[in-house]
Amino acid sequence: MAKPAKGREPRPLSFYLLAAFFGLFVLFLYGPIATIVILSFQGPNGGLTFPMNGVSTHWFHNLFQQQAVGDFGGALTRSVSLGLIVMVVTVLFSVAAGLGFRHRFRGSGVIFYIAVASLIVPSILVSLGIGLMFNIVGVEPNWFSSGLGAHLTWTLPFGLLIMFAIFNRFNRAYEEAARDLGATPWQTIRFVVLPIIAPSVIGIALFGFTLSYDEFARTLMTAGSFNTLPLEIYGMTTNVTTPVLYALGTLTTALSFLVILAALGGVLLVQRRRARLGSDAGVGV
Amino acid sequence: MTDRAESLPAQRREGAVPRRLDKRLDRGRLAAAIAPYLQVAPLTLTFAIFLLIPIATIIVVSFWDYDSIRVIPDFMMLNYEELLTSSVTWQIYLNTLKYAVLTWALTLGIGFTVAYFVAFHVRSLTWQITLFMICTIPFWTSNIIRMISWIPFLGRNGLLNSTLLAMGVIDQPLEFLLFSDFSVVLAFVHLYVLFMVVPIFNSMMRIDRALVEAAVDAGATGWQVLTNVIIPLSKPGIAIGSIFVVTLVMGDFITVRLMSGGQSASVGLMMANQISLLQYPAAAANAVVLLFVVLMMVALMLRIVDIRKEL
Repeated sequence: MAKPAKGREPRPLSFYLLAAFFGLFVLFLYGPIATIVILSFQGPNGGLTFPMNGVSTHWFHNLFQQQAVGDFGGALTRSVSLGLIVMVVTVLFSVAAGLGFRHRFRGSGVIFYIAVASLIVPSILVSLGIGLMFNIVGVEPNWFSSGLGAHLTWTLPFGLLIMFAIFNRFNRAYEEAARDLGATPWQTIRFVVLPIIAPSVIGIALFGFTLSYDEFARTLMTAGSFNTLPLEIYGMTTNVTTPVLYALGTLTTALSFLVILAALGGVLLVQRRRARLGSDAGVGV
Repeated sequence: MTDRAESLPAQRREGAVPRRLDKRLDRGRLAAAIAPYLQVAPLTLTFAIFLLIPIATIIVVSFWDYDSIRVIPDFMMLNYEELLTSSVTWQIYLNTLKYAVLTWALTLGIGFTVAYFVAFHVRSLTWQITLFMICTIPFWTSNIIRMISWIPFLGRNGLLNSTLLAMGVIDQPLEFLLFSDFSVVLAFVHLYVLFMVVPIFNSMMRIDRALVEAAVDAGATGWQVLTNVIIPLSKPGIAIGSIFVVTLVMGDFITVRLMSGGQSASVGLMMANQISLLQYPAAAANAVVLLFVVLMMVALMLRIVDIRKEL
């Protein structure tokens, strides 16, 4: 940094107090999850609370026996499939819309406010509205039709806002340079714009998958006759009194973490590749 | 001289460009004018079909009649009359508002402090990003699991009670920890504090550090820098975070149901119950009123801080 001595500058007392506060905050965020991860390894005779009655993977095995809980495998498959569909659609729709919003066009303000409204309108309202709409039209709600639409009202605004954040900081000189060199509009997007915004597109994909995978309220009236995983888990909270609930919690959280790690890894990979193949401007011939 | 120099290329273009190319340019211009509409169309259609029409449906259905098995198209105000004249409704709204205010105050205090620490007291960018990521990762995990995870912690035989008992601080397990207003607000704060941290942190990172230095050079204490420079400049983030937290709490039903053990009510929970009893028109009227209340609250917050300027 510009001032190498800065690191040796003594920290004020407020730093240590705030650091302690931050530490407690992290404990508050992760402590409860850690508890159920530990408790999911309860012995076969263990209960819902401490102490641990031995250590086993009994409850994880229990999870995969069809009769133990509802249709866990089916719910997981549906949630993952829906998450992937929502992810792809969110990325395509919000990147396209983000490109469109860079130009002035009539109605852009209205569309922006609708997107913001989509975040603000309570989830249960969206759920009820879509449920009623399908009901009146006489179409059976299903996780891949009404459920998909309901999830998109939650993920698309995030995607669009991320696109706004990117293009507010986007240097248009790169595009102009591509155009001056004779690139077609599609080539400009494919070889110039997309590679530059790639890390943020991974971010949009992460939002798309995880928000859909965990969505509950918007799925409630739109999933149709088959449950997604959060609905299944919610059903379990009322009638399952064994640590199998924690095993399920541990498993879905692990899956979420895997997805987050994959996304972060993807961003790091893009950045490393960029550093390696980056511009040679100013290096000289 | 300059006039001629400028008009020359224009003249040449008009005269010399072959008509075919001219047409192509026209078509290009037309495509450029239409392109944004095509690019925005999928998103707009999705919102139209899955947000606007459903809300219109709710408004229409809120005037319908119903009996125990079906809804009957009608135009009557009875659903609203029943809703607004019942004292239960007002109590439930008051209770929901109480949750919203408590959660808002706590998330604001905690979120601001956390964002302030990471933005202004952590010195290297790498550490700032790392700590910020640690704060945001739970956002991408399941809300229901995060709620359930409080149960072994707060329960009658939970971790907290047994620790306090073992330490001799209390001699009977605390009953108010779980299935109470306390646990509802605690879960709300746990779930939604990230919605406060992220926008406030974002606002703070945009504050020009020279302003802080100028304030220090002018003799301001750390506290004065905080209250006179950082807080006013963080207002857009605070406003966005507040809108998120308040609207999420106002519409919630699952947290209240799970964490109060069915002993408390919220507007969303009232709606969910009506839905499960197939009283759709009543639920719809409730939804319209809730939407109105939430939009008024958002409008009020936007009056205090103009976030449009800041986006």
